[in-house]
Formats: sequence, structure tokens, C-alpha cells
Amino acid sequence: MDQPATNPTIDKMNRGLKRRYRAERRFRICGATAVFTALCFLFLLFFSIVSSGYKAFQKTSIQINVFFDPAEFTNENLATANFPGLIKASMSAMFPEVTSRSDKKDLYYLISPGASFQLINLVKDNPALIGQTQQIWVSANDDVDMLLKGNIDRTRPESERRINDKQLAWLDTLAGERKIKKTFNTTFFTRGDSREPELAGIWGATCGSFYTLLITLTLSFPIGIAAAVYLEEFAPKNRWTDIIEVNINNLAAVPSIVYGLLGLAVFINFFGMPRSTPLVGGLILTLMTLPVIIIASRASLKSVPPSIREAALGIGASKMQMVAHHVLPLALPGMLTGTIIGMARALGESAPLLMVGMVAFIVDIPQGFTDPATVLPVQIYLWSDSPERAFMEKTSAAIMVLLVFLLLMNAVAIFLRKRFEIKW
Amino acid sequence: MRTSYLLTTIVVLALGSYFLGRSKAFAVSKSCGGVKGLHSLPSHYGMWTALWCAVPALLVFALWNAGESPIITSLVVAGLPPDISSLPPSRLGLVINDIKNIISGNITSGTPSPAIMQAAEHYRTLQAISVNAMTAVILSLMVATGITIRNRISPTLKARNKVEKLIQLFLFLSSAIAILITVGIVLSVLFESIRFFKAVPLSDFLFGLSWSPQTAMRSDQVGSSGAFGAVPVFAGTAMISLIAMLVAVPIGLMSAIYLSEYAGNRFRTIAKPLLEILAGIPTVVYGFFAALTVAPFIRDTGGLIGLSVSSESALAAGLVMGIMIIPFVSSLSDDVIHAVPQTMRDGSLALGATKYETISNVVVPAALPGIVGGVLLAVSRAIGETMIVVMAAGLSANLTANPLKAVTTVTVQIVTLLVGDQEFDSPKTLAAFALGLLLFIFTLVLNIIALYVVRKYREQYE
Repeated sequence: MDQPATNPTIDKMNRGLKRRYRAERRFRICGATAVFTALCFLFLLFFSIVSSGYKAFQKTSIQINVFFDPAEFTNENLATANFPGLIKASMSAMFPEVTSRSDKKDLYYLISPGASFQLINLVKDNPALIGQTQQIWVSANDDVDMLLKGNIDRTRPESERRINDKQLAWLDTLAGERKIKKTFNTTFFTRGDSREPELAGIWGATCGSFYTLLITLTLSFPIGIAAAVYLEEFAPKNRWTDIIEVNINNLAAVPSIVYGLLGLAVFINFFGMPRSTPLVGGLILTLMTLPVIIIASRASLKSVPPSIREAALGIGASKMQMVAHHVLPLALPGMLTGTIIGMARALGESAPLLMVGMVAFIVDIPQGFTDPATVLPVQIYLWSDSPERAFMEKTSAAIMVLLVFLLLMNAVAIFLRKRFEIKW
Repeated sequence: MRTSYLLTTIVVLALGSYFLGRSKAFAVSKSCGGVKGLHSLPSHYGMWTALWCAVPALLVFALWNAGESPIITSLVVAGLPPDISSLPPSRLGLVINDIKNIISGNITSGTPSPAIMQAAEHYRTLQAISVNAMTAVILSLMVATGITIRNRISPTLKARNKVEKLIQLFLFLSSAIAILITVGIVLSVLFESIRFFKAVPLSDFLFGLSWSPQTAMRSDQVGSSGAFGAVPVFAGTAMISLIAMLVAVPIGLMSAIYLSEYAGNRFRTIAKPLLEILAGIPTVVYGFFAALTVAPFIRDTGGLIGLSVSSESALAAGLVMGIMIIPFVSSLSDDVIHAVPQTMRDGSLALGATKYETISNVVVPAALPGIVGGVLLAVSRAIGETMIVVMAAGLSANLTANPLKAVTTVTVQIVTLLVGDQEFDSPKTLAAFALGLLLFIFTLVLNIIALYVVRKYREQYE
């Protein structure tokens, strides 16, 4: 103890100590960087989606003065009247100086082709409009919309723009007369798909997702819980139940596209179910969600302490009564949480649905389980493939809506867990 | 619509019979000294009656619906004029299609002949008769079984045991569905694959170097000989998965280690759920992110330093897939790192090791089997991932080792071959099932190994 500094072992250790601490620090920084990188990816993802999509919640309208010319409404069926002609006439009236054919075409281009449907509905609701002149806000074409949102660069050469110089001048005139405005985009939330970006909406896909998930929930929840209860409470420990158990764990890790192949071969080719319908999509998602629900439900059943079971059996309950009256109610919150998480996964799933034709272009809002439909993620996939710049904005907006649904579902799951979870 | 009314009626009748059975149980209990004298609770007698009422009715309902269409069709065909009913089966199928289209009010091909209109009318009447007959049969069956069972109720009837046996049967069948799904998957891909391998030899498929599944519709068509050598497809899958794992394993593993060994409690409670959000994002969103943000970014950066990067480069798809898998790797590693007993850490620290040395020499080696299992599961997920590669990777099968070029994967090929109209007699469609079979077998083997390793590892410390 008198000369500790000259002890060779301690010396050696002290010399190494600095290096070891450096390694320690390096490793720690590495770990922090890894977490930071992962979080950066998350924020980058959200940022890129939100920044490219938030503008889709607004749309551009143009005000026109439409004269509902009685000469056009000679036929009894109002819908046969020349509504596009009415719009063209009112556009020409606003810009009388436009005379050449190609210029007129450019001018009419500014208004969305969907505007005539808007007029049809107006006249159908109120036939008294015929013969009057009305100021009406109609949707602008998607390129006009993009221009006003700053996604088309005015300074680029005319040939590289989708809006030419003349159209720019007209739009500036309209803007000067306060005949262009941006409003909240209700079309996006109330319409089905369309080839025209300004008329496309997510309501059709949302309904499709709803019907599909309804089938998935009504089938996978009872079957999943029943299977979990059987395996956890009743199954004898033998080879057969071992096989089932290994099987379920494997099914949870089978690629989702394989379920699509199964659906195509079994439900569509073998049973002859209609393609593109929520029925088939829901069945496929049921098969995919079942393992998730079974695994979560079993974990939840496992966490119920055996003393509950023994007490129930001890006062003379049958095994079924013990499960139904005591174990199941205690395990239910956990099972519900698992189910909601499974449903959230099903809501975001698209690959297997591509196989069974839910990728079709469907304008109508589906009304039932056997109507052709698509679902939200597939709608996102379809739009992301479209070349129009405006569809990219719509894609991001649809993703935001989908993420909101997913966050809500997960929040409910977390709430259930926090509120009803019993710590034994 | 009629069927949904019928289903509602079945449910209502079954509910009613529950109360009938229960009240009958109360009634018979008077003769044997009150409810105590019954073998089971009155509600068990009610359930027994209700089950007998509903289950046979539902079975008849299901069978009837399954058998209705073929029987009616054959009846209608028999009623057709001989010049139509003697047509070859394929033409006859078209006629039947026309008839069904007329019934459902769809557009038919051409103007239907009067004979076909008549047949449609025939079909419609038969359908109406069938629905009425089904309703009558089911309702009378329910009433009959309900009354019979109600009359059988006596204090000695072991209603509880019988009801419970039935419920247990239902529970068992539910769990057997898992087996059924696997069998369904195997059979559905196997049958079509066998048909494919009849047209294309297995060795050509597994070892061929050229993949161009467009088969010629005419014999003189250019450039569509149809080559089914899957090696470029496998190579593309392997490359993208490898890039994904190179991103996901280091980041995932390091974040798991940092979060479980270093991070403070507060940081952990914020960072962990955030990482889990990454796992909950749908893959189609990642695909969009890859195609729209990452791929152009990589292409432009490559252009800046003079590299020619394809806009559908394997690098972009692999990178984004790696991001998707990070939380998967990190949560699995987190589980296994937590399972390493604290005493092992304490022992190492007590010997004077730093935290880093403890982790690298004690914790990670102890957790290694579990980590390897988790990584294997992640690989199987990367191989089976579809939407990211469909949206961000290429379609043409290039056999290349350059990650900046476009490659294609098994899942991309399955999707491109099967989306749209399919004919199930061309090798092009069947090739998708052959790829699906390989994908299934490969991921299955990976999963079995991984799950086995993880399970063995857990048992070691439990």
C-alpha cells in the first residue's frame, strides 16, 4: 500500500482505461445515432407526406355567369340538354375577345369537365332556373388548381408548362375580378374515384374499406377468440394441438401476398365468388387477421391467474361456466386490444387485395358487400401510379386520412389497455 | 334481400325458442320440487332448444344456397330447345351466361333470342319457387325441432352437458381453421404450380437465366417467346432484401441496445412508441415515400457525382424496406435482450468491465440466438414484402449486382402477372403461382427455423 502508483498491474490497467472509456463513449454515441436515425426517417416520412399533401384539402373554383338558355331545354329529360355548351357560352361571354378555335379550346380547358354535372344537379333541383342567369362557382381544372397552389412554375418556358401564356393571362384577369377562390375541398371527402383529379375523392374507397373490415371483424373476432379459448383452456396437450400452435405462429409470418394467391385460387376460381368485392377482400383479410387475434387472445388468457379458475371450479362451476363467466370477461380487454391492432393492420393491407381485383377503377360508391369496390390503401396505390401532378397531392392527402384512421384505432387500443388492463 | 330477412327470422325464432325451452324447464321443475330438482339450469334447457332450432336451419340454409344455382341451371338447360341444349359445353356456358345476365339486368352480348328470353323467365320462376320452398322448409323445420325438443325437456335431461359439448365442438372447429388455412394455401399454390411445371420444366424455372413471361398470342409475334428462368428474379429479391437488412439490422439492433441499456426512462417512454409508429405505417405509404422522395433523391445525388442511377434503383426500394423493418428488428432484439438475466450483467460489471464491454462480451453473446432468430424473421418479412417493391422497384428482370440498376423481385412479378385479366391456362398466369409456392416454402422454412431458435432461447433463461 505504500507505493500503489508503481504497481505494474494497476499501471497497465490505468493505461488501458482511457481507451476503454473512449470505446464506451463511441458505442454509446453509436446507439444514440441509431435511435436518432430511425426517428429522423420517421419525421422525414411524415414531413414528405404532409408537405406534399396538405394543399389537397383546398380546391380552386371559378365563378361564371351561366345563362340557362330555355332554347336548350326543349327535351323533357333535362339531363340531355347541352350543359357543356352553357358553360362554354358563359366563358366566351366573359372573354369576348377570344375568337380563334384553338384559343377557345384553351379557354374552356380552364373549367373542369365535372362542372356540367354540377349544373345538371342545379337544374334538376330547381327547374325554375331555366331562363335565368346565375352566378355559379364551378371547379377549376386540375392544372389551374396546381398553378394557383404554386406547383406549376410560371417562370418556366411556355412549352414546358401545362398552362400556356394566354391561359395565364385569363386566369390573372379572373383573379383580378375576384372570380377565383380556394375553398375547402368537400369533393375529396364525398366522391368516388375519377379520371379527373379535381373530381376524385376517397369516399368510395372509404366505404369499400368499411365493408371489407366489417366482414373481417364479424368473422375473425368470434372465430379468433373461440380458437384461443379452445387452445388455452380446453385443448389436451398432444401432438394435434402442438401442430395447430406451430401452424398459427407460422401463419402470422406468411407473406400477405400468399394470402392473395389463396383468395384468388380458392374464393374466386373454386367457389366462384364475384371479383373486386368487399366480400372476397374481407374473407382474405379475415384469414390474415385470425393468427394475430388468436396470438393476442391467448396471451391475454394466459395472464388471467389460475386462482380465478380454481375458485370458480371450487364452487361448482363447470369448465365452460368458469371460462364464460370468469376467465373470458377478465381477458376480454386484452383480446379487444389485439383485435383492434389486427384490424388496423388489415386496414393498411393492400397486396393481397390486388390479386382479387380490388384494384379496379371504380367510380360508384359501393352500397353493399357484393358491389365492386376498392379500399383506401389500394386507392392510394392507384393514384400514386397516375401521371397527373394533381394526383400526387391527392395521394398524399389520402395517406394522411388513412394514417389518421390508423392512429385513431391504435389510440383506442392503447386507451382500452390502460383503462381496463388488470395487473395481477 | 329475401335471404337476409330469412336469416333475421331464423335468429328471432331461435331467440324465441330459448324462452320457450326455459319456461318449459320452469314448468317441469314444479313436479320435482322447484329448480333445484332439475339436472341443469333452466337457461341451459333454453339454450338446448335454441341450438336445436337454429343449427339445423342454418345448415339447410347453407346447403340450399350452395346447391341452388347448379340445380336450377341444369333444369333450365334441360328446358331449352334441343338445338341450343345440344351445343358443346363451352358455347352452352355462354348461353347460360347470357341468361344470367338478363336476370340480373346486365347488358348481354347482342339481342337475345326469344328462346333465351323464355329460358330467363323460366330461370326466374324456378328461382322464386326455390326461395319460397327454402323459406317453407326452414321455417317448418325450426318449428318441428323446436316443439320436439321442448316436449322432450324433463328434469333428468342433461341439457348443460349437451350444450357445453356443442360449444366445445365449435371452439375446436375454430382452432382447426388455422390448419385449414395452411392446407388451403398449400393446395391452392401447389395445384397451379404443378400445371405450370408441366408446361415449363422445373430445372428451367429454377436455373434459367432469362425471365420474360410474356407469351406470344400469335406464333409470328416478335419478342415474346416466353422465358421462365427465375434466377434474375431471385437475385433481385436477394439484393433488395440484403440492402434492407444492411439498413435495418445495425440501426434496429443498436437502437434496441441503446434503449434498453443506456437510455433514461423518460427518453425511452418517448422514443419507443415513436419507433413503433414506424411499424404501424402501411406498406403502401412506404412505397409512395420510396417512389416519390427517396428514389428521385438517390437519382439526383448519383447524377451530381456522375453515377447513372436508375429511377427504380434497387437501392431506393431496399433502403425504404430497411426503414420499415427497423422497428421489427429492434422490438424483437429488445425482447431477447430483456430476457438476459440481470445477474449476468451484474457479474460482468462487478469484475470491472465497462458497460460497453459488458454488452459486447456478455449480453449480446448471451442473446445471440434470439437476435439471429429475430433477424431471420425480418429476412422472411423483407422477402415477402410487396407494396414497396411494386411501387419503387422495376419490372424488368436484370441479372446484375449493381444496386443502382433496376431489378425485380418475386412479389413484383406475382403482382404484375396476376393483376388484370387472367386466363388460367397460360403459363404466364401459372408462373405467378409457381413463384408464390417458392416464396411460401422459403419463408416457411425461415419462419420455422427462426421460431424454433427463439423458443429454444427463451426456454434457456426461463
